[in-house]
Amino acid sequence: MSLIREDMLLFHGADWDFGAIQRVYDAIERIALGELGLDVYPNQIEVITAEQMLDAYASIGMPLFYKHWSFGKHFATHESGYRQGLMGLAYEIVINSNPCISYVMEENSATMQTLVIAHAAFGHNHFFKNNYLFKEWTDADGILDYLEFAKSYISRCEERYGQNAVEKVLDAAHALMSHGVHRYPRKKRPDLRSEERRERERQIHQEQTFNDLWRTLPSKGKAPKSALSDERRRALLELPQENILYFLEKSAPRLQPWQREILRIVRQIAQYFYPQRQTKVMNEGCATYCHYRIMTRLHETRQISDGAFLEFLQSHTNVTRQPEYDDPHFGGINPYALGFGMMQDIERICTQPTAEDREWFPDIAGCDDAMGVLRDVWTNYRDESFISQFLSPQLMRQWRLFHLLDDPDRPELLVEAIHDERGYRRVRRALSRQYDVGWSDPDIQVADVDLAGDRRLILHHHVLNRKLLHKDDAQRVLQMIANLWGYDVVLKEVEASTGAIFQEHVSHPHETLF
Amino acid sequence: MYIIDRRLNPGGKSLANRQRFLRRAKAQIQRAVRQTAGERDITDLERGGEVTIPADGVREPSFRRSGEGGVNDHILPGNKRFVEGDTIDRPPGGGGGGSSAGNSGEGEDDFRFALSREEFIDLFLEDLELPDLAKRRLATVEVQGMRRAGYSVTGSPVNLALLRSMRNALSRRIAMRRPKPGDLLKLEEEIAFLEKDGESDKLLELRQKLEELQQRTRRFPYIDPLDLRYRRFEPVSRPVAQAVMFCLMDVSGSMTEHMKDLAKRFYMLLYIFLTRRYKHVEIVFIRHTHEAKEVDEDTFFHSPETGGTVVSSALREMERIVTERYPPENWNIYAAQASDGDNSPNDGATSATLLRDVILPACQYYAYLEVGSDHDRMQAGFINHKTALWQTYETLQDDGSNIAMRKVNHRREIYPVFRELFRRRDAVEAKIP
Repeated sequence: MSLIREDMLLFHGADWDFGAIQRVYDAIERIALGELGLDVYPNQIEVITAEQMLDAYASIGMPLFYKHWSFGKHFATHESGYRQGLMGLAYEIVINSNPCISYVMEENSATMQTLVIAHAAFGHNHFFKNNYLFKEWTDADGILDYLEFAKSYISRCEERYGQNAVEKVLDAAHALMSHGVHRYPRKKRPDLRSEERRERERQIHQEQTFNDLWRTLPSKGKAPKSALSDERRRALLELPQENILYFLEKSAPRLQPWQREILRIVRQIAQYFYPQRQTKVMNEGCATYCHYRIMTRLHETRQISDGAFLEFLQSHTNVTRQPEYDDPHFGGINPYALGFGMMQDIERICTQPTAEDREWFPDIAGCDDAMGVLRDVWTNYRDESFISQFLSPQLMRQWRLFHLLDDPDRPELLVEAIHDERGYRRVRRALSRQYDVGWSDPDIQVADVDLAGDRRLILHHHVLNRKLLHKDDAQRVLQMIANLWGYDVVLKEVEASTGAIFQEHVSHPHETLF
Repeated sequence: MYIIDRRLNPGGKSLANRQRFLRRAKAQIQRAVRQTAGERDITDLERGGEVTIPADGVREPSFRRSGEGGVNDHILPGNKRFVEGDTIDRPPGGGGGGSSAGNSGEGEDDFRFALSREEFIDLFLEDLELPDLAKRRLATVEVQGMRRAGYSVTGSPVNLALLRSMRNALSRRIAMRRPKPGDLLKLEEEIAFLEKDGESDKLLELRQKLEELQQRTRRFPYIDPLDLRYRRFEPVSRPVAQAVMFCLMDVSGSMTEHMKDLAKRFYMLLYIFLTRRYKHVEIVFIRHTHEAKEVDEDTFFHSPETGGTVVSSALREMERIVTERYPPENWNIYAAQASDGDNSPNDGATSATLLRDVILPACQYYAYLEVGSDHDRMQAGFINHKTALWQTYETLQDDGSNIAMRKVNHRREIYPVFRELFRRRDAVEAKIP
């Protein structure tokens, strides 16, 4: 009996080899696809060293990326932190691509490799493939090709125009990255593969149709100006526009084509990462829930030993720990803990609902198909909508959540709502709002510009709750916008409701970019 | 599913980014390096290590809300006693309950990171430059070397170009229609076959043909001295950057261990510096009392010696070595002299003449370091008394010679003095013919 039991183990001890990884993968795949009904991209698991993990950290996890000093800076920070033992490295990095690439560290123990494969190669992978935001905004098939294109394009620009010139554009583009995304679907979906083709074709077309004679033609006198109405002018420029990078790429009067292309590259990459920022809780929750289910199942079927399971539990509880607000370790709400807690809670509601659950979640309470509900949740929600729909009173009580209001006009902080009958909905609404990027990112829009006149670019920051911009940073970013735009830029911080102006920043361009 | 082992992939993917980062923050890093170097022992200089630069220069700004002001909502776990409507005194410091909005970014702290040894030294020396480094001598100093230059028909056997020789032999054999061994063999077989049937005209013809071919084979050898080719080398002269560094030191009884230590540190700095600038650097140690001798490093620093002090003896020794081994047209000569300033009274004029007429014209640079004891600095109230040697050299310096002199009492002063002695001086350049 004990012999058979021994034989069922996928691995013994802490060491792993490639055979063990293959066995583990196959075992996990059976559970993930069979029992959990996950739907994943093909997997590619890459074993890397700590050094390579540091490299990957520096280029925001992507396997290939263009060169920029800021990545060198991040590398230096991580490296010195890691060498001094101040920080550990992640066990894995997973990339939303098709095939889905997961990097696993060589020093992980066999148990950790199992955990990582369950977490990344199945949990995250399923989420990437199915969540509506990822489907809408990212192109898993094309991303690696596009990064390759971006890398070679930027290095060609560096050869041609010099590192400094390219660096200035990249600096500015990076500073505007958070304001370089489309928040709503536009007419045409971005397809990264065709982006690259388009750029290539355009260049070929230019080369083919090049005729030096055109240069010698006498130019006609300027076309008579038609006086556009303000309204029409703004409409033509698609104003107001909250995607500042997009606006600069399309409308900045003095940029060279290659500078526009670089802005475009950074914008595309920002857009690619946009869904990740909105689904942190869900993404981690999904992956954590999956690995928990899979590891438990592996243990139940005696494919991993008790020791390995305990090692897993130790690491799992570390990850999903939520310190309370008065704990010295408290650093905000842990997305792993919240996500995992809510996923488990949904499972409970489906299988063992209370009367309260039936009242709050009549659709799913007691339906008994927890995985079906969860898969639907993972497909159709983002953090903000997920929390506002599925945070249950029971979980709020368990976490003892409360809402604290900090209004500078009041002498004291006010407890706005707590985990009680009157407070559930308000706490839930307040919490879900914190995960709304539209709420947490400052709302800055290109308001107006008179291209025929002084070309002064006017930006508005719609101030929410009287929270102004960080002054020093705003001034620096504004300077970068001015350099790209080529003319003066003014940023007005406007009270959203009344239209009152709190503050104005003005910046004049340095003539360095041209 | 694929498992790919990437561990053997070349690392250092971030190297290019790191170089860009260093270039970007160069000014600040340099300042930090200079400061670090001041605090460190000179023996540690070659080690590299951690530097701290203000985060300001490498900030990555973005539009973000400032952490303070405005209405903030906090949703916190772990309520123990609050009910709705409770008010809480603001915690001191104005922060919110528990955490601020959490988007304070990377903070305003200084930015710490580690430099490699190479990077450290390069930056350390970056803003120094030896005064006459660009002297035309550097460009014209040449050394003879050999370079491959095609093939020749003569040469030594070690340089035999086998491939080329065999190729020549092959083309010669084809051109001369040397019979192939296969053809001969075939012919012989045919003859042997015919011989079985007895004599015939055909056989006779074939035998004659074979005879002809064999003769031809003998006449045209498989390989001929004509075919041989040798790799040819030709001498080239290439500019060489080589330097010799003379360390001169007074080792008479008046020099204490402390003073020698100071001198040693100075020499080490100079050595590090020269090795960065020149491919090849040699060091000559000359110690002197009333007579001078070239010694090895260990003896130079550690072996005790007694006697009087005659500086000109060391200068003579240096002159001798220069003429013997380091002709100034081939070598960049640097000299650094360390002394406590004593000299026998009747030697001053001799030393001055020697320096002015012989040593200084041959040298790129001559540094005189006067080392004092630690407690010298206590006597700050006294008028700085000038030593004999100092007075001698001062007259030379006033004449505008390329001699630099400084006084050092403590080892923390070494580095600043070094910097000062060797900083760029573009203005002085014109003086040297």
